[in-house]
Amino acid sequence: MTAISSDFSSVPVLPKWIVPVLLLAFAYGVVPLIGSSYLFEAILLPFLALSLAGVGLNILTGYAGQVSLGSAAFMAAGAFAAYNFNLRVEGLPLIGSIFLAGIVAAAIGIVFGLPSLRLKGFYLAVSTLAAQFFVQWALTKFSWFSNNSASGVIDAPRLSISGYALDGAIGRYLFALTIVTVLTFLAYRLVTSQTGRNFIAIRDNETAARIIGIPVLKTKLLAFAISSFIIGVAGVIWAFAYLRTVEPDGFDLDRSFQILFIIIIGGLASIRGAFFGAALIVVFPLGLSRLGGFLLGDLFDSGVLDMSQRIVLGALIILFLILEPDGLVALWDRIRRRLLFAWQST
Amino acid sequence: MPLPSYALGVMDASVYAPEVFARGLPSTLRQEQQPQGSGEPAGSVAAAAAPLLSLQGIGLSFGGVVALADIDLSVQSGEIRAIIGPNGAGKSSLINVISGVYRPDRGHVELDGAVYAQVPTQRLAHLGVARTFQNLALFKGLSVLDNVASGLAYKVRSNFAGQVLGIGLSRDEQRDSLSRAEQILQFLHLTAIRDRLVGTLPYGLQKRVELARALVAEPRLLLLDEPMAGMTASEKSEMAAFVRAARDRFATTVVLIEHDVGVVMDLSDRIAVLDYGRKIADATPDEVRNDQRVIDAYLGGASDNEGTSSNEEGAGI
Repeated sequence: MTAISSDFSSVPVLPKWIVPVLLLAFAYGVVPLIGSSYLFEAILLPFLALSLAGVGLNILTGYAGQVSLGSAAFMAAGAFAAYNFNLRVEGLPLIGSIFLAGIVAAAIGIVFGLPSLRLKGFYLAVSTLAAQFFVQWALTKFSWFSNNSASGVIDAPRLSISGYALDGAIGRYLFALTIVTVLTFLAYRLVTSQTGRNFIAIRDNETAARIIGIPVLKTKLLAFAISSFIIGVAGVIWAFAYLRTVEPDGFDLDRSFQILFIIIIGGLASIRGAFFGAALIVVFPLGLSRLGGFLLGDLFDSGVLDMSQRIVLGALIILFLILEPDGLVALWDRIRRRLLFAWQST
Repeated sequence: MPLPSYALGVMDASVYAPEVFARGLPSTLRQEQQPQGSGEPAGSVAAAAAPLLSLQGIGLSFGGVVALADIDLSVQSGEIRAIIGPNGAGKSSLINVISGVYRPDRGHVELDGAVYAQVPTQRLAHLGVARTFQNLALFKGLSVLDNVASGLAYKVRSNFAGQVLGIGLSRDEQRDSLSRAEQILQFLHLTAIRDRLVGTLPYGLQKRVELARALVAEPRLLLLDEPMAGMTASEKSEMAAFVRAARDRFATTVVLIEHDVGVVMDLSDRIAVLDYGRKIADATPDEVRNDQRVIDAYLGGASDNEGTSSNEEGAGI
């Protein structure tokens, strides 16, 4: 059926749930059948973990406007908490360990969110660095956390759900996919609820938010708690499903910045944005190494790759901040509108 | 000589009031109606009752600069009270004291019988006080509807978990706040733009959305900090009609700051005049118009200008 007017607004809009449902059907039904183990191990598992961390940070930074550089610390807290719950509590199912790990990360998030009651923007970001350094220090310093392992590197427990082992790449992929799907859906519900509107209100105008009676302090701490919970669970996926080892070094400041870049490139205050950003961050180095190897051959060794990766990523972030502050999501929406419009005019 | 803008005011009432009232009032809304028009101050109705808002001996200074000196102010329930004065006279400071943004150095604020040294901002909405800001203070990332619904956030009792799962109480609250926001949008003729992001709206409409956000809680006291600043003459008279209609529909007491004397004379029941942080007059529009001190301090030549511009506007319509 052709449009009556050529106005943008007359472009037929699919129901909002169609695209996510189709994507999920593809991810559950098709990907496990056609994917290679390389695809799962090197691309999809880190993509899922980082996407979830991005969703978590986006709730805090994108929606509630509180800048944080402590994401990796909350990931580490989640990973180590899940490891210890799993190790020390007899008979606790894996899902229980993961949930409790999220709670621990949330509690730490609240503690390190307390400065947000007084600090804003850049100063708050610096104070969240404290979380980053403190958590990493504590995990290295007290060997109890890593069960007195000499190297500090410990094997993650085998993934299983009610006795059914999920050892293979596909099993771990489905495990991660399910957790990410559920938490993302809940996060989406949250940001469209009254609490989510309160987050945005505090981000956009804190004074006005206080005047109209939004409990500003409580809401900020809630944002820290929920965000840290999700990031903590993302840490569990990162350690248990992707790396299959638990070590503090993987959760350093670089990781925190990586997650921040994911939401800046993907799109602040957008759940989809975290997935767009994570996809770019995961696929981009692989693509760059292929491209470099193709163009320069042996000259393009791992040192050059690492260097060029940083340079291109830095340039990308600057470009996005200047040209498309709303991220890949906004870019994608614009292209899609153009395509639909062009398709309709023919 | 009566200000020509008076005629304009009568037109406003006839243009807006009938359709506002023809729509029928939802049972949840208070229906107390005040006499129409500017001729009869509502103060005469409620004069016997204790004032809703009363300031006693308010003093405020920033460093060495005296913003407010020994201000007394008493506002009756249902009244529209304007506060006028030249730039820097302390008008916005006064609103900020009433809404608890500033803590006065001296004096206290009495709200419906309760006395405060500093009005608790966090509980302002619970006390039935809503305000707008001189420079817009909307939530740019939210739609018009969500901005207005956020005016009801203070009474939300469900927690985030209930909201995420969409169970019981949170569901009712969500439905209730959206339907009340819709009613206010209709009342202020904003329904057509309900899904737009407020950041994309023209200035005059943003001002009106801010009024809607303040009104949705049906406050007993509405503080408007220059609600018509930066508007065209026709937008101003439209806004004045909305303020009056809001007072009539919700029995809200209104305290407003405004520069345009023509609009104020027509809209308010009483006018307080500030000059250099002091109150130099507090009377009905007619008395203020003829008060020599006010004319010296503020109106002076300006009143001629206002009169002329309003005259042209009136003739234009």
